[in-house]
Parts: sequence; C-alpha cells; structure tokens
Amino acid sequence: MSDQTLQQQKLPNTSVTQLQLFIAFSRISLSSFGGAIFWARRELIERLRWLTEREFVEIYTIGQLLPGPNVLNLAVMVGYRFAGWSGAASAVAGFLGWPCLVVVGMGILYQNYGGFSYVQQALGGMASVAAGLLLATVIKLAAVVPRQWRSWFFGVLAFIGVGVMRWPLLWVMAALAPWAVIAAWKYE
Amino acid sequence: MDGINLGALFLQFLILWFLAIGGPSTIFPDIHRYVVEVHHLLTGEQFAEIYTLAQVAPGPNAMYVTLIGWYLAGWKGVVATTVPLLVPATTLTMLVGHLNERYPDAPLFRGIRRGLTPITIGLVLASATILMRTVNHNWRGYFITLVTVAVVLRKPWNPLWLFAGGALAGVLGFV
Repeated sequence: MSDQTLQQQKLPNTSVTQLQLFIAFSRISLSSFGGAIFWARRELIERLRWLTEREFVEIYTIGQLLPGPNVLNLAVMVGYRFAGWSGAASAVAGFLGWPCLVVVGMGILYQNYGGFSYVQQALGGMASVAAGLLLATVIKLAAVVPRQWRSWFFGVLAFIGVGVMRWPLLWVMAALAPWAVIAAWKYE
Repeated sequence: MDGINLGALFLQFLILWFLAIGGPSTIFPDIHRYVVEVHHLLTGEQFAEIYTLAQVAPGPNAMYVTLIGWYLAGWKGVVATTVPLLVPATTLTMLVGHLNERYPDAPLFRGIRRGLTPITIGLVLASATILMRTVNHNWRGYFITLVTVAVVLRKPWNPLWLFAGGALAGVLGFV
C-alpha cells in the first residue's frame, strides 16, 4: 500500500509561463504569514498541481542543503524547471518583491501605531495559528516517507538533534546527511 | 546612526548568507552579533521588535534583514541588506537546480533526494515545535495551534480565515 502512495501518478508535463510563475509565487509570498512552506505546498501541489507531493519534498530537500531561505531556493528551482532562467527570475521576483514592500510598510505603521496593545494581542493570536500551519504541513509531507524504519530513523534523529537538544543545524546535518545519503544509495 | 558603512554591511551580509545552509535561522545569531553587539547600529530591543514584525508580515521570515536595512538607512539600507540574501540563491541554487534537472538519475542526486527527505521532514517538525513553544505562553495558545492543525487536515478552507480568527481571539484577550 505504501508503494501505491509513494509512486504517485506522474503529473502530465504542464507548460507554465513566466507570468504564471510570477503570479503563483506572489500568491505564496503574500499569504505566507509565519513561514512560507505551508503556502508553497498548498499552491504548488493542491491548487495548481504543478508538482507531486514527492517532487515537492525532493526539491525542498535540495533547497535546504543550499545556503539561503529554503523556499527562495525552491522558487529558483521550480521556476527553472518550468521556464528556464527567466522562469527562475520571475518566481524570485514574485516571491521577494512584494514582501520587501510590505515589510517596510509594516515597519512604518509599527513606528506609528505599534504601541497599541490590541495590535500586540492580535499578533499573539496569529502566531499560534502560524505554528499550527507548520505542524499540519509536516504531517502532510510525512506521507511521502516510505514505511521503513531506516527512513524514519534519520528523520527522528534530525528532529531530536535540532528540536529537542537544540544543537546547531549545521552540526546535525554534517553528522547525519552523509550516512542518510549512503544508506539510500546502498539499499535502493 | 550617521556613520554607517553600507558597503561593509553589504559585504558582511553577503558572507553570512553564503553560510546560511539550512535556512536563515542558522545565521540569526551572527546578524544579531554584528548589528547589535559589535557595531551598535541597533539596540537589542529594536532588533527584537524588527524581528517580530517581520515574522508576522507575509513573506519569508528572512525579510527581517530588509527591515534592518530600512531602520538603518532607508531604501539604500534595504538594498544593502536584501541583495546579499539573493546572491546564493541566484548563483549556487541555479547551478544545482540546473544539474538536478539535467541529470536526475545521477546516483548522488538520487541518494540526496531519497536519503535526505526524511531528515528534511524531521527538521520541519523541529521548527514547528520550537515555534509552538516560543509563541504559546499558556494552554489557550496551544489550543489555537491544535485547532489550526485539525482544521487544516480536515477542511479545505482558506487558512487566512484561521489567521483572522487567531487575531480576533488575541484582541478579545483569549490568548
């Protein structure tokens, strides 16, 4: 059964234009309160169906190995996959252009109105929702991991190292990543 | 505040972003050290304020560096702190993305994609639990978080409504 869920039917080769990439990543960016991965997954897999769950996690995984914001790296690679260099540029422009303006606008607003306590209270409630969205994303993404102890082993260690022990991410990755890659290589 | 060397700021941020493997949170302590502790460009309180604002603004969480630039030197500052964030993504990521599309069956890429996917999921789970513990100060905060999870997994509603609900709960003093 797990193999069925794993080998999701390959999506038909969608043709996606630069403008569509710009719009998609603008939407992702402008709805991303408290982290972009939830919205990237919702938009690219559920709404537009440009990627399967597995393709999404794999691209995100590569993005995580590279320096910089993970979803920005995802935007570059998704844009490049569908429309080459200009596609990547369009995705990045959509993903970073708006938040740049919005964050400065919020800075100006905050300097004027930030003292009001109800603003702080509203932000507190929204932060709790943001945490829930991230948790829900993990639960959905976890469905692509094969039901074998070897796969889960490394995932659990990564969670304990970073989430429980609070060790620096770089150390945890340096310790786990080579073994995980070798294991996947050998046992596939 | 008038003695800011934007060139040095740009260079420092550029170096840091190339080290930000795994995401922006890895270099957060170093940015804090540079801006607050070493060069006294911002106070610790201003820094915290900027960070919180950027967290709740739409867009990637890394945008707090943009706001730092704005606080320091207006639009010129925005350029000096934001462009460095783009450089690794537009060079290194582009190159790796290109190779991955070109040689999808190379053993190294297969191994990375298959082997590291569970680690990625473990890391996102770690972020989620850290975030949950940071933002929730009592059981009511956790309640909102868990209701969010339940709704997202069961209903196709647009989660922006959940944010509206969360904001309302906050204003009414529930959190």
